[in-house]
Amino acid sequence: MTDRLEILKTYKTYVGGAFPRSESERTYQVTNQKSVHIANACRCTRKDVRNAVVAARSAFDGWSGRSAYNRGQVLYRIAEMLEGRKDQFVKELESSGVSIKQASREVETSIDRLIYYAGWTDKISQVFGTVNPVASSHFNFSLPEPTGVVGVISSDDTPLLSIVSLIAPVIASGNTLVLLASETNPLPAISFGEVLHASDVPGGVVNILSGYRDEMVNALTEHMDVNAILNSVSNENLRKQVDENGAISVKRVSHIFVTNWFDNEQLEQPYLILDFMETKTTWHPVGV
Amino acid sequence: MKTVSIPDFSRTIPIDKVGVEERVKKLNTRSIKKESKIQALKLALSMIDHTTLEGKDSPGKVIQLCSKAKKPYAPIPDLPSVAAVCVYPNMVSVAKKALKGSTVKVASVATAFPSGMTQLQVKLDETRFAVDQGADEIDMVISRGEFLRGNYPFIFDEIASIKEACGDSHLKVILETGELETLENVRKASDIAMHAGADFIKTSTGKVSPAATQPVTLVMLEAIRDFYLETGQMVGMKPAGGIRKAKEALQYLVLVKETLGAAWLTPDLFRFGASSLTNDLLMQIVKQQTGVYQSIHYFSND
Amino acid sequence: MSKQTKEKDTKSPDVVNGIKKPSSPNADLKFDFKSFWNYSDAPESSDFVEIREEYGHFIDGKFVKPVKGRTMASINPATGETLTQFAEGTSEDIDKAVKAARKAYNKTWSKCSGRERGKYIYRLARMIQERSRELAITETLDGGKPIRESRDVDVPLAAAYFFYYAGWADKLQYAIPGKKPEPLGVCGQIIPWNFPLLMLAWKIAPALAAGNTVVLKPAETTPLTALKFAEICRDAGLPEGVVNIVTGAGPTGAALVDHPDVNKIAFTGSTEVGKIIQKSLAGSDKRYTLELGGKGANIIFEDAPLDQAVEGIVNAIFFNQGHVCCAGSRLLVQEGVAEKLIQKLKDRMETLIVGDPMDKNSDIGAINSKAQHDKILNYLEIGVKEGATMYQSRCELPENGYFCKPTLFTDVSQSHRIVQEEIFGPVLTIQTFRTPDEAIEKANNSQYGLAGGIWTDKGSKIFKMGSKMRSGVVWANTYNKFDPTSPFGGYKESGLGREGGLQGLYGYLKN
Repeated sequence: MTDRLEILKTYKTYVGGAFPRSESERTYQVTNQKSVHIANACRCTRKDVRNAVVAARSAFDGWSGRSAYNRGQVLYRIAEMLEGRKDQFVKELESSGVSIKQASREVETSIDRLIYYAGWTDKISQVFGTVNPVASSHFNFSLPEPTGVVGVISSDDTPLLSIVSLIAPVIASGNTLVLLASETNPLPAISFGEVLHASDVPGGVVNILSGYRDEMVNALTEHMDVNAILNSVSNENLRKQVDENGAISVKRVSHIFVTNWFDNEQLEQPYLILDFMETKTTWHPVGV
Repeated sequence: MKTVSIPDFSRTIPIDKVGVEERVKKLNTRSIKKESKIQALKLALSMIDHTTLEGKDSPGKVIQLCSKAKKPYAPIPDLPSVAAVCVYPNMVSVAKKALKGSTVKVASVATAFPSGMTQLQVKLDETRFAVDQGADEIDMVISRGEFLRGNYPFIFDEIASIKEACGDSHLKVILETGELETLENVRKASDIAMHAGADFIKTSTGKVSPAATQPVTLVMLEAIRDFYLETGQMVGMKPAGGIRKAKEALQYLVLVKETLGAAWLTPDLFRFGASSLTNDLLMQIVKQQTGVYQSIHYFSND
Repeated sequence: MSKQTKEKDTKSPDVVNGIKKPSSPNADLKFDFKSFWNYSDAPESSDFVEIREEYGHFIDGKFVKPVKGRTMASINPATGETLTQFAEGTSEDIDKAVKAARKAYNKTWSKCSGRERGKYIYRLARMIQERSRELAITETLDGGKPIRESRDVDVPLAAAYFFYYAGWADKLQYAIPGKKPEPLGVCGQIIPWNFPLLMLAWKIAPALAAGNTVVLKPAETTPLTALKFAEICRDAGLPEGVVNIVTGAGPTGAALVDHPDVNKIAFTGSTEVGKIIQKSLAGSDKRYTLELGGKGANIIFEDAPLDQAVEGIVNAIFFNQGHVCCAGSRLLVQEGVAEKLIQKLKDRMETLIVGDPMDKNSDIGAINSKAQHDKILNYLEIGVKEGATMYQSRCELPENGYFCKPTLFTDVSQSHRIVQEEIFGPVLTIQTFRTPDEAIEKANNSQYGLAGGIWTDKGSKIFKMGSKMRSGVVWANTYNKFDPTSPFGGYKESGLGREGGLQGLYGYLKN
């Protein structure tokens, strides 16, 4: 191979189906485990969070209005796209210092996890919906519906598998989300945005920001138009802060602390979908 | 009085049956005690169309019926008479004679009661016959077959023709709600009857089950209410058949009171078509006065 | 006799939000519901109901005096008379109760099979039925709600919730597919004053069925039926400490929320307090479910069954004096039928009997407390000041006690406080709309999302509107219906979690 200068990618954010830079135009350095520079990532601000929430809110009606079958197909399509770009993600993970074997396993598990949740979209309401035999002359049924806009705080471990594990159950039911990517290695998350973009996921359903968590987390968890929070960072102070901010508008706050993102038992279950669904019960008289 | 345009009867006014039943059930929990109970029992008595409509009716039976109608219970002389007796056309003259000098009206069924299965001309003749015999009120039946096949103009025209044949006699239009089945049909038939000139609308002949029910009555009262709001005309209501107990009669009065108000709590605008109700009301009235529960054997059975 | 409230003569603009309001039907009512045959008094007798002069807490199977010895009075809001003195719980009392509940959880209740647990809960259900009239009378005396409601709704439903959840106790594995059902431990439960016994049933029945023990704090204005329920627990032979009742006000509840050995908090009450509780639980491992406020929209389309819709509106806003979190307090009427519907509603309001809650014919009883009464009257003033037109039924109010006439506001707009804020009284705002989109937009334009109504004869419209409505309960062609098999709870700031039905178990099992 002749010496050829490689074209490096500029990592941006993924908001509203586009790839804007942070409005601050600030970046920070992402380094590998040996502290060698890999890339510059956007250092997003409160305003970026605000824009992302607006994008997520405007995508909600459309995404939650899709048929469950269609959402399943879209999730499956994400898996297909990821499969096709497997090498890219393996390389990207490798650059952060993990072994090629570990990187391959992470990408493959991510793909399979998407498939797992793709299959739930049109089953969740069958398994968790009910027809309730009320004592009066009424037909009464309860169905789970998506909660709305979910703020997701991702952990720093296994940066691709963790965000896939957080994103898939949240969007499977029709929620939209704003995800704060891993602070130490946001690059796979940003690249995953490209996968989403190529996968029929409507713009705004998933919005991905990078930057310093401390600078974004309040804006996200206090935001009055965010209905729920999913936090996966195991940190006492952050947890308390997120909980307290959630109380401002009675947000559904869920913490998931994961030591091993490859653990299917913990991370592949419908209850993670149900955490961000609301049961709606409808009554109607029965008579002629 | 406002001029009223005749509505398009092919349009259905939505009614929710469960909601109607819930409303009735709630109204049935009204507690009628003490003074309000005595008042209501006497009021109900004064609203009765004391009825005999059997093939075996004889002049003797009708005369007995009339004497009960005039003076329901001799030991309590200040009780009201019932509103009317209701008989077949060939008993009208007997009843008329027996009731002479009293306030009790004679009502006659007509128009091929109870089925109505004959030609208009025959119905008109029968109506005129009953009126000629002295009937103050005519209880006609509608042609349910025509109604159920959607021939609403037929129903309207037939009622209007009979009304004309009634002359000064009042017309009660029997919808035979047990055959109409749905409350929407009941509402529609009520509206047609009122627009065609009914003085009263009435649930049933008593020959078909179910006869009067409270949900049906409530829907008809609401039709009367809307007709009044629209036209300013006050139409009467008569549930008939199956009302045997004083307690039920009071429940009906509660429906009237809370739907149409005090103005309709009069025999001029509300009647019970019944036969055995009279004695149950009397037993309750005597019980209220004496404090002792009564036996039917102490009340004349006619 | 009582004084008629003078109706404020306020002129209102014909055009609000660019929409011409239907000419407001005036007050000349077409029907006379008063002048003849009025119902005689029909007071429910309370002779056989024993209310003790003083009640302690119910802890570890016994009534005990409060540690600090402080008591509070429970007042009959219809007369202003004191009914009883009850213990004011402090953190010491809460600690005793939580310890008793923990001991019972460890020693007896978690060792009890699902089958046996279920049998205890069935016993509680039966004993509620056996003492139903006594409980209904007590509820009415203590809280001011009409006896016909406590008798026909609150108490039978409370028993039904216990019956329903009793049957779950040995079938929990079917409630959560793929998971092993495990109880949480000790549950702290705080309930409001609007449906005291019923809310107790909503809380205690599923908690016990799932295998938890409880410490429950009833509201300070309505502790009596909870204390009677404590007697039932004792008489039913429920193991000591499984159910503990600690009475008191806000600080007592806060002590329960803050107690370190409580595994779960279930709260029903205002959104304001719900947020405080959620905040104080921040950072802890305690689970919580919240059932909070609401401002339900009741949407009437022109093809609705109008006479039943009028009943639905009455049920939606005047049931329990409007002290209902899921009340349909915002009426949205399609313009074409607005005039007709409002006329019917006004006529119907004249037949509502407001008065002595113990009278079997009273439809609307007393406002629960002076504080709530003041709050409602203040909102009436705000409404008038904002330029809305107020209409009240012409009923007469009793001289003593806290009462409020059924009230409508027309000429209101979305920005009015009476449209946005939960009044928790018999006060309805009426707005009109022209298209389904406009209706749903107005209905969802709220911080709350507890319940809403849709009235139309068209099935497909119900499904579409229902799915767009952001609320936990949708009543189509009906309103304010409850059943133990039917989950209940809110979207947005109306709370989180569900109570009732299979879904009601989730909040009491480990996830």
